[in-house]
Amino acid sequence: MAFHPFKTLLFGFAFSPSLKANVYEASRLAMYFKASLIFVHVGKKTPKKEKVFQQLLEECPTQSDQIQTYWKEGDPVATLANACEEFDIDLLLLGALKRENVVKYYLGSIARKLTRQAPCSVLLMLNPSIERSPCKHVVVNGFDSPQTQDTVEAAFHVANALTSEKITLVEEISESRVAIAVNDDRSLRKATLRKQKIDRQEKLRVTDIVKKIPSKITEGLKYETQSIFGRRGYSIGHYARVVRADLLVMNAQEEQRFYHRFFPRDLEHILAELPTDVLIIHSKNHG
Amino acid sequence: MAKKSPVLAFAKELPQNIFAGFVVSLIALPLGLGLAIASDAPPLSGIIAAVAGGLVVALFGGSHVTIAGPGNGLVIVLLAAITTLGDGDLYQGYLFTLAAIILSGGLLFLFGVLRLGAMSEFFPASALQGMLAAIGIGILAKQFHVMLGLTSIPGGTVEQLMRIPDSFLLFLGLHPFAGALGMGSLIFLFLYSRIRNPYFHLIPAPMWVVVGSIGIGYYYTLVLNKAVPIDPELLIKIPDQLFSNLPSPNFEKLFDLNFIGVVFSITLIAVIESLLSIKAVDKLDPKKRRSNVNKDLRALGLASIVSGFLGGLNVVTVIARSSVNANNGGTNRSANFFHAAFLVLFVVLLGDQIQRIPLTALAAILVFTGYKLASPENLIRIYKIGPEQATIFLITLITTLFTSLIVGIAVGIVFTFIVHLFLRKSFFLFSLNIFKPNVLMYREEQSGNYYVSVKNFCSFLNFYRLKMKLDQIPESEHAIVDFSLCDFVDHTVMEGLHDYQRSFVRKNGVFETIGLDIHASETQHPFAVRKSLPINVLIGVQNALSNRQKNIEQLAQQLKWNYSPKINSEPKGIESFLFFESKVVNYSVNSLYNKTFTLFDLSFSEGAFITKEDLKATFLLFKSPTTLPVFVLDKEDFKSTLYQWAGFDDINFKKHPDFSKRFHLSGNDRTAIRALFHSDLIYFFESHPIFHIESNGTHLLIKGKDRLSSLNEIKIMLTFAKDLLNLLENTPNV
Repeated sequence: MAFHPFKTLLFGFAFSPSLKANVYEASRLAMYFKASLIFVHVGKKTPKKEKVFQQLLEECPTQSDQIQTYWKEGDPVATLANACEEFDIDLLLLGALKRENVVKYYLGSIARKLTRQAPCSVLLMLNPSIERSPCKHVVVNGFDSPQTQDTVEAAFHVANALTSEKITLVEEISESRVAIAVNDDRSLRKATLRKQKIDRQEKLRVTDIVKKIPSKITEGLKYETQSIFGRRGYSIGHYARVVRADLLVMNAQEEQRFYHRFFPRDLEHILAELPTDVLIIHSKNHG
Repeated sequence: MAKKSPVLAFAKELPQNIFAGFVVSLIALPLGLGLAIASDAPPLSGIIAAVAGGLVVALFGGSHVTIAGPGNGLVIVLLAAITTLGDGDLYQGYLFTLAAIILSGGLLFLFGVLRLGAMSEFFPASALQGMLAAIGIGILAKQFHVMLGLTSIPGGTVEQLMRIPDSFLLFLGLHPFAGALGMGSLIFLFLYSRIRNPYFHLIPAPMWVVVGSIGIGYYYTLVLNKAVPIDPELLIKIPDQLFSNLPSPNFEKLFDLNFIGVVFSITLIAVIESLLSIKAVDKLDPKKRRSNVNKDLRALGLASIVSGFLGGLNVVTVIARSSVNANNGGTNRSANFFHAAFLVLFVVLLGDQIQRIPLTALAAILVFTGYKLASPENLIRIYKIGPEQATIFLITLITTLFTSLIVGIAVGIVFTFIVHLFLRKSFFLFSLNIFKPNVLMYREEQSGNYYVSVKNFCSFLNFYRLKMKLDQIPESEHAIVDFSLCDFVDHTVMEGLHDYQRSFVRKNGVFETIGLDIHASETQHPFAVRKSLPINVLIGVQNALSNRQKNIEQLAQQLKWNYSPKINSEPKGIESFLFFESKVVNYSVNSLYNKTFTLFDLSFSEGAFITKEDLKATFLLFKSPTTLPVFVLDKEDFKSTLYQWAGFDDINFKKHPDFSKRFHLSGNDRTAIRALFHSDLIYFFESHPIFHIESNGTHLLIKGKDRLSSLNEIKIMLTFAKDLLNLLENTPNV
């Protein structure tokens, strides 16, 4: 189940101050992915709104004939989720809010629900901008999970499309795998040795993942691996912030068929405090 | 190298451990007796605790040079327990208290099993100090009267303190000799450290007091043939049959609230005192080992149970005796064992002499102990860290004096948190983040350093998370703790980090904290609370230097360079570099400079308005000896798009494939650049660590990592720049 490049993007827009940046960013992404782009607005279609939006599209420096705009009414979450099904969307773009005071969450409630319910991959854009800010460094999870293969492949695809320079695969390793409590010098020595061993195993596993990807995708990119012993889902977000990654690529929830209602635990920390743009890959959709 | 047999090593070190155990027993004897008497328990109960501790902890403990026995901190709790539980009947109260000690031993054991050794981290350092000071004042207030021969002064701690002047006037009439002996002992204890004779110091001061007062007793009976002018009431009494009439603990009050409170108080103080001591003693261990705290707690719990059933007080790790042990050559737990063995010998063989020890002399030892716990120097030290810390200290101290230990420490914790809220003026920083993980640690793949990043806030509330990570770093490694994402760091954490630094230094590791330089602090003290501030407030504010700043300052002195920790909002001469073309320079700080070189930390922003991101890095700037072409040299993988749109391509050299592969060199004037990069220079770059280097024609700019560089990294940068300058000076002008 190789990863299929994103062919159709969807962006649900609202008339917010960042609309211009969002529209520019979305059309730029569509250009990079060579994909068609669908704008959906949930709300009343008024001539005034239409005019504003049309003008924005015309001013946009990246023009494309593959842009469509739809006006729909209803519950925003359900409408957008349905639209994803309807148009067979590969990637849903969502704008996130930068936290102004500490009370505010990065993700609005609509975006949060959509992240949960969308049947396709989701890109949370933290910093949409009018000018292009280059995406230099991509961080991707290397969890030991069947989805990871697709996610890593998607990360390489995206990195190529956005002309990134570097990909870092992060393996978060649960402390419980070390299974040695550090009490004194002896247990510390044991734990350190055991960690080194796990570290090597993980590196092999992750390198194997990359080797399985067609070499024409991986060729031009430099990739590194970094193992982190720590809380899964949390460490990678903090890491992305420390190394100032431009994009973080994550697996969607595991076993979504059975626990559809469950919010993915691994993603929770990241959604609560978005470190950078986050791309969540739904691999089953493309299976 | 062949591994030494552990048995052989143990045997080889045995003599010195026996000696250390002996010296410790000399101080443990008077302290054991004194602490028991101060708790209104039979004198021998203290010795029983020390013996039980010595035997059980030596066998099952997880630390190496610690000594276990009756603790100072427990005196107040035990005294209250014995007087209140028995409703006035001291012996009955003692039996109830024994039951409480046994139960608390069980709890302590459980703590060890559940690995709750980290619990002590939840107590703010200043509040803890305040509580200990209150205990000290409690001991001092009661024992001061005993020292003057007045054993039955009623009332609480404050009342007893008020009565000290009365007692001064009274004792001359009642017990002039015993009182004078007590006073003399106290003066001696204060002067002991001034006496510089090494042989004299072989015997610890408390033992001198005991030996001296026994000696005076013998002088009266043997030389003057008179009775000792001390009331027999003021001498220690030991039962004749030492082992036949063991007291039996009374468990009748098992469900009494008061009793349960006692059990918890004893356990709390026992845990705190033991953990603080173990931590402190580890720094004295000549072999630099790390103690297994939880194993030690289990052993202490077992020892308390044993001690309780034998009629002894509960067993904790004690700092004073442990340090005597380490100073006298103790290397393993056998010293603890021998200290117990010698105590047994003393009691069995010298029972008669022990009964000649006047209570006033023992009380003097306790007054001195109490004074050390409550010493005004402590308050001054804490005040220097910050006035708010002194307030926390005093509030905890006063609450503890007027209520109880548990209430006191609880108030201390709550008040500390309120102070933090007040300092940071944001409730949400704490409330939103307290339960979230906030520490990231990983081993940097290239350097092998351990990098630890802390987010949001770090205070006594969540220090255990940081500790958990730090404990996993072997102290012989290089650790870098980065607080640049952290808005608030409290005093408990600063002090804890200092402890880590010390243990890293001891094991030849490196422990550095970065990202604290621009956090505002109230005082100049290195342990002061630090919070991040908006930049405009910071400019012109002189802060306490962080350790990193101090290290840079030292480096400056060593190199005979200048150092200025001031924040400069308009750093000059760097804007012309390509690197800053799309960035906004905020300010520079920590400049280290001489005539040629300037090294500084720089804060700059990328993007604007909503995409704005503040960054920090360390840079080194120097004037080139010759005119240079404009160029940018970096790692090959960092082919920044920025330079590509500027029309800069990678310049490669056919003759130097390694250089071409690893470096990205770009610039407009290709011919000039090719001329500049001759073989020697290329070899220089190939053989040195890779930095981002830029030339703007006249000056060269070297950038360290993408974060602030640590001291070692700074040194590497400086050497690199000096070598580079040398090389350029010997290059013909192009």
